[in-house]
Amino acid sequence: MKIREIKDLLQAEIVCGEDQLDREVISACCSDMMSDVLAYVKDQGVLLTGLVNAQTIRTAGMMDMVCIVFVRDKRPTDSMIELAQECGIVLMYTALRAYEASGRLYHAGLGRSTSHE
Amino acid sequence: MNEPIRFHFDVDGENFSSAGEASVTVKKRLRQLGYPPDVIRKVSVAMYEGEINMVIHAHGGEADIEVGKSEIVIILRDKGPGIANVDLAMQEGYSTARDNIRALGFGAGMGLPNMKKYTDSMHIDTEVGVGTTITMKVLL
Repeated sequence: MKIREIKDLLQAEIVCGEDQLDREVISACCSDMMSDVLAYVKDQGVLLTGLVNAQTIRTAGMMDMVCIVFVRDKRPTDSMIELAQECGIVLMYTALRAYEASGRLYHAGLGRSTSHE
Repeated sequence: MNEPIRFHFDVDGENFSSAGEASVTVKKRLRQLGYPPDVIRKVSVAMYEGEINMVIHAHGGEADIEVGKSEIVIILRDKGPGIANVDLAMQEGYSTARDNIRALGFGAGMGLPNMKKYTDSMHIDTEVGVGTTITMKVLL
């Protein structure tokens, strides 16, 4: 799935990384606990989260994720946007809650074929 | 390369939002040096968890990375409170971090287990009231 489709499915607003919306991702992860993301993510390219701080960006960067979706209309700060641009990560936010945002992406087929350990 | 490449960082213990800067830098350097993505991920995630731990528990510390021919060694030193029970600290889910740390996305008791998981060997040298030195190796 292209990042552009994620934006459309979640009616999200892009914060940065507009030029990377055609990148393909195969799966996603939803968590507010960054240690869990560091423990369990393998090739999920998208992080859905309600956690808004610099560690959200660094954690996604560590796991080579390419897109972060902030749920519940949470907005990243300027320093987070700068960090995301350095790491080449797309940031967007949606008014949806984490459960519905994840459900819409899953229903549309994102990550459905991968096994969940 | 015969001589190992060394990186040294002082980890600021006062500022949670800067925690992880050293790990991000190491990740970039290893990428520039052309190491495989899985090696880079192992080293940078293990170091990142260690850096976060030093900030949460030990008021910061020092990180040294040695990139050798056959392995990458990560040494994290702090003068924090030490770890009273290492076996307990190694259990997934056990944490002494306060709730305010959990609100920041860490403190779930996954730090040390993650560091062990992502490295080929990990040694913890700790003394209560003196500090902790963690040595991790990732084989190339």
